[in-house]
This record gives sequence, structure tokens and C-alpha cells, in this order.
Amino acid sequence: MAIRRILIANRGEIAVRVIRTCRSLGIETVVAVSSADRDSLPARLADRAVCIGPARSSESYLKVEAVVHAALGTKADAIHPGYGFLSERAALASACEANGVIFIGPTAAQIEAVGDKLRARDEAEAANVPVVPGGAVTSVDEAAELAARIGAPVLVKAVGGGGGRGMKRVDRLSDLRGAVELASAEAGAAFGDARVYLERYVGSGRHIEVQVLGDGNGRVIHLGERDCSVQRRYQKVIEETPAPALPAGVRKALHLAAVRFSERLRYRGAGTVEFLVDRETHEFYFLEMNARIQVEHPVTEAITGVDLVAEQIAIADGKGLRLSQDQIRFNGHAIESRINAEDPNNSFQPSPGRLTAVTWPAGEGIRVDTHIVAGSQIPPFYDSLMAKIIAHAPDRSAALSRLREAIDRTQLSGVATNLAFHRKILADAEFQTGGVDTGYVGRLLEGSVSKEARHG
Amino acid sequence: MTLTAADVAEIMKLVEESVFDELTLEVDGKKLTLRKSGVAPGADGSVQAATASTLAVAAPQSAAPAPGAAVVAPPKAPTDPNVQDVAAPLLGTFYRSPKPGAPPFVEIGATVQEDTVIAIIEVMKLMNTVRAGVHGTVTEILVNDGGLVEYGQTLLRIRKTS
Repeated sequence: MAIRRILIANRGEIAVRVIRTCRSLGIETVVAVSSADRDSLPARLADRAVCIGPARSSESYLKVEAVVHAALGTKADAIHPGYGFLSERAALASACEANGVIFIGPTAAQIEAVGDKLRARDEAEAANVPVVPGGAVTSVDEAAELAARIGAPVLVKAVGGGGGRGMKRVDRLSDLRGAVELASAEAGAAFGDARVYLERYVGSGRHIEVQVLGDGNGRVIHLGERDCSVQRRYQKVIEETPAPALPAGVRKALHLAAVRFSERLRYRGAGTVEFLVDRETHEFYFLEMNARIQVEHPVTEAITGVDLVAEQIAIADGKGLRLSQDQIRFNGHAIESRINAEDPNNSFQPSPGRLTAVTWPAGEGIRVDTHIVAGSQIPPFYDSLMAKIIAHAPDRSAALSRLREAIDRTQLSGVATNLAFHRKILADAEFQTGGVDTGYVGRLLEGSVSKEARHG
Repeated sequence: MTLTAADVAEIMKLVEESVFDELTLEVDGKKLTLRKSGVAPGADGSVQAATASTLAVAAPQSAAPAPGAAVVAPPKAPTDPNVQDVAAPLLGTFYRSPKPGAPPFVEIGATVQEDTVIAIIEVMKLMNTVRAGVHGTVTEILVNDGGLVEYGQTLLRIRKTS
């Protein structure tokens, strides 16, 4: 069956991104919007917009029935879920399957398999992919026993969590019991699943992930890795590919591990396998799989020339994998900065409001994915991502200087932004050297605070 | 001279309070366009086209949605304060009668109470009843039976009985 019309169950820059590829493929788009996004750029760019509910996401973007009914009512052949919202809810994939709508993504069973972090660990082990020492615990006593075996510090993680949510670090084993009880209670309230597991805390780790595409019949290719170690409280700030300062053998082993894991699931569509890589030893461990397109996918597109959204649509349309592994070539270096409406001077609090003036950069090797134009609203109900600025160049230092220039040319008025924070990181010697760990941003911010305190 | 954010805010305020709907101002190669009616800028979506030489500012939008917007605009609100819109409480398929072939819940001219069922909106086989919410007379029915209605779309209008 040929997909002729796609309903986009998302908002913001990713909705614009999906519309762009649909247009190039001659596919019509319907964007499902909340009442807060009626006048948004995606609503204006799509062939049609339908309002699925009020501003609160729980009443609109997270409502499976409204999204599927909107697709049926507008005679859309398929639903693209973007990232976040319903993208990794098995319920949407199942509802699509039950109603004859193509879900552009993996099967409901695959979403469930990777959404349950414990099950994903088991799958990784079965695929001969290393996991961080640890495991499931069903009681506080069991937790104490396991923690004694793996040694402090340990992380207590929620089975239903992910992306840094539902995680507690325990530095002294005497604090473990309390932490497990608290984490379990919190996880039960937040995710409806009180199960927790323990993992050894890797102190100086890098977050490196591998992009994969699978045809759903067991064939999987990778499109290289992305280094997303520049994070503030588990929120990615800057991503790049290839990962700097990584031995070729480790890079290759990461790619193969991601492919093995995805092959075992007979994964369908675009996905990302995340790893924690020890900064010193380069030992790596499976973290989780994200069963969707990622925010940072453009850096991979920049160096491979592959339109990942077009491949997602082709796979969903039954065309299978159109690329073989040896057709994937890596050209140059790409870095992405996430520009958020948030205030670095006020603990990065979101800064909703109206953009009064907007200038995005343009030029050779620069790509901007955004839904923000002058006059756009940043509603307080959703995340604060305004744009991704991606720089591509033959090598890392050229890409870095392109990105720095692009950020200097960016002007946004009306809301607070993290542009200055990006300038600070891009100008920092440690980042310029490359290969920082996930503690880097925290140290950078602490450093500036203590410096100010000294001068003050 | 260059325009600062404070200047722009000041100009916006002046336009807002003036009788004019639109203002175009060119200062030092920078162009500022203000429109009162909430006209959407950059409607062609070409983000790349926004260069340093253009600076478009939309005045705070009025309640009416932008003309030309892809969103289905609700029909022009009635000016009569005694006529009240009944909006769809959720997205779904609109049905005027309880089952196919049955007479409609209401016709134009019907008298309704606050709790009178005026329609059903079906979402994934789940039937949701819509009530009038006001005591009065149905003056308009704006949606066809079996059509998709969006959240907030005006379904019908009722003249209040005082």
C-alpha cells in the first residue's frame, strides 16, 4: 500500500521536519494540534491541521483515541509520531494496528520490549551486548545484597523510567535502603510501575549512541554513532558525529553491538541504541534503546546524506531497507546545538512567551530545524526546544567554527535563550579537545559559579 | 539608528492603540512589519529565507485565527450576545441522531434546556453525548451528520431564553 497522506501526531520543530520530507516525497500532511498550537508554523505548513484537544498534552498530544480518530477522520494512511509524546507508547502502535492505520515506527511488541528497561537489559545480554553490572531487585534486602556485590556508588533506576527520570545515585551503601524505598514509591507514582533495578554508577562515562534502521525482518544497518555527552541533568545540549577521541576498534564494536541488539528484536524502522562508554578504558555498556526518531538525528543525516524520515516512511510503507551497509558512507563532521527558550541565569527555567524578532543563520554547511518565526509563541505547556542548529564541515574544528559563527549570527528577542551557554561551551578548551564525559557541563557550570563567587 | 527590543515594544503598543491595522517601517535597511489582525508571518515556512535584513513582528493576535491558516476557522462568532455557540468538547465524528435513521436530537427552532442532549460525538467507538449547556432555541446547526469535528469547533448556536 502506498502512503499518500500522513497525520503528524506531534508539534514543534519535528512536525516541521516531517512535513519537509513529506513535501519532497509528494505526501500530503495533516498535523494534529492542540488549541495552543492552532497558529503554529506546522499548522500553517501542513496541508491540513486538526485540533485534537486543549493545550494540556494529557488532553491532546497524549490522547491515543483522539490521534487515531483524527487520522481515520482525515483519511490519513499513516501516523508519524515524531519523538516524545506518544512516539514510544505501545498503545498508539496497537491502536494503529487495530484500525488499519500504518504506524511509522516499530511494532507495539518492540516498543514494549525496549520500554521495559529490565527486559531491554535481558535482551542486550542475550544479544551478547555488555550491560552495566547490576540487575533487578524485588526487595530492599535483595538490593542490599546486590549493591554489596557490585560496589558503591550505585544507581537505583525505575524500570519504567528512562532519559534520566526515576534515577537515584547512592554513594554510601548505608543509604541504599532508604533510596530504594523512595525510588520505588516515586516510580510507582510517576510511571505506574514501582519496580526498580540497580546499576553500578560509571563515574566518568560518555554517552554515545548508534543510529540503526531495521526492515522488521531481521535485517539491520547502522548509520554511525553520535556523541551526546554534553548534557545538563540528563538533557542533551550538544550532539556530534563522529564521536571525537574514540579508538577505531571501539567505534566499530559499538556499531556492531547496536546492530546485534536490533537484529535480535527484528527491529522495524529507525531506532537508537544508547551506550555508556568509560572515558578511560573505553569499555562500553548498553543503556537503552530509543524506538523512534531522535531529536539529534540531523547530525547523522549531515554526514551520511541519508534522509532518516524518508527511510522511516519507506520502511513503514513496506519498501524495506533501501540501503545496504556498504552504501552508508561517512563524510566529514557534524555538530548540533539545541537552542532552548530557557534562562541560564535562572537555573535554566523555561521562558515561555512570544518571539518578537527572529534571525536564524544560513550558509554553507548550516542547517536549522525550527518551528520558530517572528511572532511565534512558546506556550508554557510543552518543552522549550526552539531550534537545532547543525553545522557540517570536512573536519571537527571546521564544523566547530561554523557552528560558533552560526550561533553568533542567531538573534532571538522576546524570550530568554541558552545561546550564551552554547557560546561558552563551544569556546571551552576541554570541549574543543573533544571526548568529554557526561559530568562536563556540571563541572563547567560549577566552575563559573565558584569563579563568580570568588570575584564577588 | 537601530531598533532595540524596547523600541519595538513601544511601537507595538502605539500600533495596538491606533486605528491602523498595519505598519511597515524601514530603518537602516531593517524592515519592521506590524499587523494587528494576527496575520501569520513567514507562512511559506522557508525558515532559511529569514535573513538579517528582515525583521517581522506580528502584533498580539486577536481572538480570530489567522486568515489563510490551515486550521479550520470556526465560523464568525455571532454578534448577538444572546446567541451562544456550542463548541465540540472533543475531536470526533459528529452525529445528530442517537442511531442511523432515528430522528435528530434537535432541529432548528427546537427549544432546549441546559441538559438537553443535542448531539453525539464518537471517538474510537466511544459515544460522548453533547449537551446544550444553555436554555434557549436552536438557531443554527453548523456541522453535517457524520462529519469530523475538531476540538472547540462550533457545532450549533442557541438563542438564550431570558
